[in-house]
Amino acid sequence: MEAPWLGKSLERVEDLSLLRGQGQFADDLATPPGTCHAAFLRSPLAHAKIRSVNIHQALSMAGVVAVITGADILAHSKPFITGVKVEAPHYALATDRVRYVGEPVAIVIAANRYLAEDALDAIEVEYAALEALVDPAEAAADTATKLHPSTDGNVLHERSFRYGNPEDAFTKAAHVVETSVHYPRNSCTPMECYVVVARHNAGEDLFEVTANFQGPYTLHTIMARSLKVPGNRLRLKTPPDSGGSFGVKQGIFPYVVALGVAARVAGCPVKWVEDRLEHLSAATSATNRLTTLKGAFDENGRLLALDYDQLEDCGAYLRAPEPATIYRMHGNMTGAYDIQDLAIRNRVVVTNKTPTGLMRGFGGPQIYFPLERLMDLAAKKLAIDPLELRRRNLVPTEAMPYTTASGALLDSGDYTRSLDRAVEEGGLSELIARRDAARTQGRLYGIGYAAVVEPSISNMGYITTLLTPEQREKAGPKNGALATATVSFDPSGSITVNTSSVPQGQGHRTVLSQVVADALGVHPSTIVVSSDHDTNKDPWSIASGNYASRFAGAVTGAAHKAAMKLRERLTRIAAADLNIPVEEVEFGGGKVYARGNPDNALPIARPAAKAHWSPLSVPDEAGVGLRETAIWTMPELTEPDEADRINSSGSYGFIFDICGVEIDPDTFAVRIDKYVTMHDAGRLLNPMLADGQIRGGFSNALGAALYEELAYAADGSFLSGTFVDYLPPTAVEVPDLVILHDQSPSPFTPLGSKGLGEGNCMSTPVCIANAVADAVDRDITTLPLTRSRLAGLVMATEAEDARSVPVAPAPPPGEGHALRGEGSTMVPASPADVWAVILDEEKLASVIPGCHELQNLGDNAYRADVTLGIGPVKGRFRAEVVLLDLDEPRSLRLVGGASGPLGISQGEGHVTLVETPEGTRVDYHYAVRISGKVAAVGSRLIDGAARTLINSFFKHLVSQTTNQATGQTETAPAQGLFARILAFFGITS
Amino acid sequence: MKPAAFDYVRPDSVDEALEVLAASGDEARVLAGGQSLTAMLNMRLANPSVLIDIARIQDLKNISLVDGMIEVGAAVTQAALLAWPDLVKHQPLLAQILPNVGHYQTRQRGTVCGSLAHAEPSAELPLALATLQGEVVVQGKRGRRVLSAADFQTGMMTTDVAADEMITACRFPVADAQSRSLFHEVSQRHGDFALVALAAVSTAQGVRLGVGGVAEIPRIVDLPLLQGEAVEATLNDLAWELDGVDDPHASARYRRELVRRIGKKIINEVSHATS
Amino acid sequence: MQRLDAGLRHRVRFLLNGRAVEGDAEPRMLASDFLRQVLGATGTHVGCEHGVCGACTIRIDGKAQRTCLTFAVQLDDCRLETIEGLTDDKGDLNDLQTAFRRLHALQCGFCTPGILMSLDQLLEEEPEADEVRIRDVLSGHICRCTGYQGMVDATLEVMAARRNAAGGEE
Ligand code: FES
Ligand code: FES
Repeated sequence: MEAPWLGKSLERVEDLSLLRGQGQFADDLATPPGTCHAAFLRSPLAHAKIRSVNIHQALSMAGVVAVITGADILAHSKPFITGVKVEAPHYALATDRVRYVGEPVAIVIAANRYLAEDALDAIEVEYAALEALVDPAEAAADTATKLHPSTDGNVLHERSFRYGNPEDAFTKAAHVVETSVHYPRNSCTPMECYVVVARHNAGEDLFEVTANFQGPYTLHTIMARSLKVPGNRLRLKTPPDSGGSFGVKQGIFPYVVALGVAARVAGCPVKWVEDRLEHLSAATSATNRLTTLKGAFDENGRLLALDYDQLEDCGAYLRAPEPATIYRMHGNMTGAYDIQDLAIRNRVVVTNKTPTGLMRGFGGPQIYFPLERLMDLAAKKLAIDPLELRRRNLVPTEAMPYTTASGALLDSGDYTRSLDRAVEEGGLSELIARRDAARTQGRLYGIGYAAVVEPSISNMGYITTLLTPEQREKAGPKNGALATATVSFDPSGSITVNTSSVPQGQGHRTVLSQVVADALGVHPSTIVVSSDHDTNKDPWSIASGNYASRFAGAVTGAAHKAAMKLRERLTRIAAADLNIPVEEVEFGGGKVYARGNPDNALPIARPAAKAHWSPLSVPDEAGVGLRETAIWTMPELTEPDEADRINSSGSYGFIFDICGVEIDPDTFAVRIDKYVTMHDAGRLLNPMLADGQIRGGFSNALGAALYEELAYAADGSFLSGTFVDYLPPTAVEVPDLVILHDQSPSPFTPLGSKGLGEGNCMSTPVCIANAVADAVDRDITTLPLTRSRLAGLVMATEAEDARSVPVAPAPPPGEGHALRGEGSTMVPASPADVWAVILDEEKLASVIPGCHELQNLGDNAYRADVTLGIGPVKGRFRAEVVLLDLDEPRSLRLVGGASGPLGISQGEGHVTLVETPEGTRVDYHYAVRISGKVAAVGSRLIDGAARTLINSFFKHLVSQTTNQATGQTETAPAQGLFARILAFFGITS
Repeated sequence: MKPAAFDYVRPDSVDEALEVLAASGDEARVLAGGQSLTAMLNMRLANPSVLIDIARIQDLKNISLVDGMIEVGAAVTQAALLAWPDLVKHQPLLAQILPNVGHYQTRQRGTVCGSLAHAEPSAELPLALATLQGEVVVQGKRGRRVLSAADFQTGMMTTDVAADEMITACRFPVADAQSRSLFHEVSQRHGDFALVALAAVSTAQGVRLGVGGVAEIPRIVDLPLLQGEAVEATLNDLAWELDGVDDPHASARYRRELVRRIGKKIINEVSHATS
Repeated sequence: MQRLDAGLRHRVRFLLNGRAVEGDAEPRMLASDFLRQVLGATGTHVGCEHGVCGACTIRIDGKAQRTCLTFAVQLDDCRLETIEGLTDDKGDLNDLQTAFRRLHALQCGFCTPGILMSLDQLLEEEPEADEVRIRDVLSGHICRCTGYQGMVDATLEVMAARRNAAGGEE
């Protein structure tokens, strides 16, 4: 391989150490002597007041150095700021309320992680449960319980936008097509979790933090402010390697503050390595969004106008940069289509779920899911082929650069050509033949399409679109997208490159070496690119970081610019040494030489070294040393105008996907038969790495389409705490792809390149959904398309008479999800005898196994510390039960709950005694809710486990009662009545 | 995610292991491959104070034929049984089922008996044991018991093995040469726990069908040779009787549907192969 | 019979990539933590600590296994191979590592060490494995970056190359 290096599939320099196990990931770096380890106590409840936190016992445990609570956080930090001015303070730890399962409540600092986790179990927190809101529509209702008492309601932001004349277009439309969809919660879950090492230098009040943070560095300001120090006193370092991020590691910033405060209070360096349960339950998530989208079409299928009504669920707190998800795509809400009339209503609501944040595809899947579904629905309604309908509406090539209704400047592309190439080279006709053949055999085969515009290089001002023009005027403009890069020659003449791109595995070091090698005529392998970053030493700006696909377009541009500045200086030094005019100096093969006389040459290191060793001998302006830092931004990235038009990104790629799927008619498993993805991301810098990004994005998107969901029960308990509950696809699920490229260089980025790593997260979920919809001939309005969900959509309703055995009736509406059941059993004794046993405290107490302490609180209320479990699963619980509505000897109600390190349960049961000739019929029904760790890691089993325990409780109630009533003695202690009552409320999986 | 502290005991023989078990009672757990238990320890769902590691006890590492049964020692890994040269010949159903247990990597440490001891409702090996009407050999200081599959698993994640006992082996009957068997599992991803797993074995009277993943324990039914609608009606009854619940991965309705659809398929295939 | 008390550290000895190593661990210390924190062998990664992601996979007595589901004290007298020992005798990347690089089978590289160790066993024991088998073995790992295709291609390529080389020697 030889120069030029750009555009070539250079093998990665990163791999040389990664393949040897010599990567330097955050958890691999040496820590300062005396570093202690942190473990977080997290809320088991979705919504509750914190009545008290008792850390007394935890503090006395082996190895424990400190326990940090909300009180410390209040004393040493301020709430995080967000773009929306509302009274919904968010601190690094919960202070008075918890608002989602997994919210940090306290931190134990101990000699090692094992000891820290030991002490977690000793912290006692008393909660008063509040109603949890999980459904964004319910949370948005005026009457809903407020998550943040000082706000007017749970909708923390609302704005409507109007571009062109959408009302008119809808009036004139021949057809109006509408769809309502719900995009679910998911996450790209990098394989490496969060890592933070924090120390506090009390003398200088300086925080020094190493974290696998990815940017954006706008958050640095927020962290420093929260820690109550100016920016230069929060020295933030990122490690050389990061185990993936996909936006997710932006969400680490509250932990930087939490651990900063912890280090300060504990007086020692503190390290925290997030575990997978913590990550899945509490790190971050894509927003889930309810969208109603209307499209106005003329009789020829021209799409005249769009009307979006979006309700965005950001979880419990608006955590910066939210509500950015809903504004990132604001300029390109019309997708790949030429539409000048557009209406948008955005509402952002808080619910009792994990706060959301950056996620690969950021904001894209949420709009393309409704938009590209709408195109298919319209095609059906208008009886136009869905491919043809899309082609008719694409932004025409002649119009490039094209300004969209809402202000994006689509920089380059030939969408029609790309679509046609995808159809041709992707083999669509063959795929259609396959579908036809399959269908004649009665098989379920479908084809889907998606056309997507993929923005990259976010405008720092896009988020201010959420403000009214007047508010923006007051706040002052925000715009641009600064990228920085430093290229330097050292005194030996070798080259080092340093940028603030904070790579997360993409291969930035390799690509930067290609960029600089071309500019300076050297071999890329001679260049060293450093990837770690230090805010007190390296150049950076607020837009720094690894997000919004800004590397290929922006960071490489800055590096190119810096290298070209050096080249210009080196040219002058070399011209003197080679004794030729500057115009004749050429670079190549590691040399500088005279054009026309390559023998008149010097190794590049010679003039470069000279600038260090002999500064007085180089021409004046070439100066001393050879180091250039370039800062680059785009003039096109202006702030929103008075009409709320915003060029939200610096460049826009195009994607056209075609997908063929076949669905198993029995199991409803979706098999991707073929997937074609055509990308036009401008000039490709390293095609192999570009394809790697596409494959990676595709596999994340495949997960979102078919497998992955961060699931919550209606009571807010979190259900996806492990990798057998949250299901990233494996090598068996991810198919090979057909990848095609067009290259329409961006006129606005220095190298003509655009981002491309996020596109498939935007196009693929809906493309697969469209293919599945085509296969099963049903509308698809949510994801993921799990087998069970698809079956529910497709199967004929199960006939009532198919029920050969009675089943429990459906729960009464409005009571949300809870485990419910009922039963009935016979006891050979009178109701009075049965009653006597239930109410005899002595008898009950004497048969309680695993009971460490029992208190009669009076009024038929009991409290006990017990050990409960099923199989190997066992945990200690504090249980409280009250017997209510005593109607002797006919009926009673049990209400109570249990809590412990494994989780919290709340329940209620009704018992009725009916006298019969054979004795007493005991009828019972119950409802139990379970939240916390057991629900998060055992959701697959928990209902069954709970049911097992409850049923055995009643079985044993009968046997106990029988024994007691008939004068027999207690049998096995493990079957004690009170234990079973407690088991009833303290279910463990 | 780190386990709580425990004493670790590595006995050299079954007798030594039983000694420790008898002394520690309820507080001890037997550790063989640890592919289920260790994950629970890491999450602190289980907190035994003593772990008895039996993985190195030589006597427990054998696979042998005993009285028409394949006896698998408690320290035999799933991979070792899968690699046993006579497996396909002697028990083709097990050979079909084992590749579905966990993954390549977990099968190389996870034991056959360990999976039975864990008694997870969607696990494949408890279903295999129940469908094939195998046995579990349990030993304690009080003596040795051989439990039938039906007596062994008493509920979700619970078995009849007492606190002072341990499983020393399990036994699967050698398949009758005429008999045919089939296994079919539906899971979300490859290698995940079964949403529904079905195993069918042809018998002299008809077909024995085992269903895992729905009820709290594998459910076994013996069906006479049925045809057409009779099969459907029987499977429909079974689907409802299993009384599955909705979980985040699949609805009870979907599970019933799988029992009906896949059940019919494999019953037909097994009975056709036989007749 | 060996009995190791909960609160105390105990000496653990084994062969790591052909070298005898030792260190102290409490009974509850996970093998993954022992390798990384006590021995400084940080090439083996931790991604879930519940046995699903495969990041912590190494070869123990030749078999690819999860170190997050193994306690350090269980490693006594075992033979361990980790990513750090995969390079050839000269310290160069071996054929599989080289193919991983050429075919872009890794991005962030966090999942890679575990995956290489599983494939190392597969290549050794099943040199004729087909793509379905390779994907089956890989399904015990999660990679969030690559979509797996490069790994599959690299493994197939190395298998073919090793077969050719073996054929050439005959
Ligand atoms: S860390 Fe061991 S399998 Fe994930
Ligand atoms: S390369 Fe990043 S997880 Fe596999």
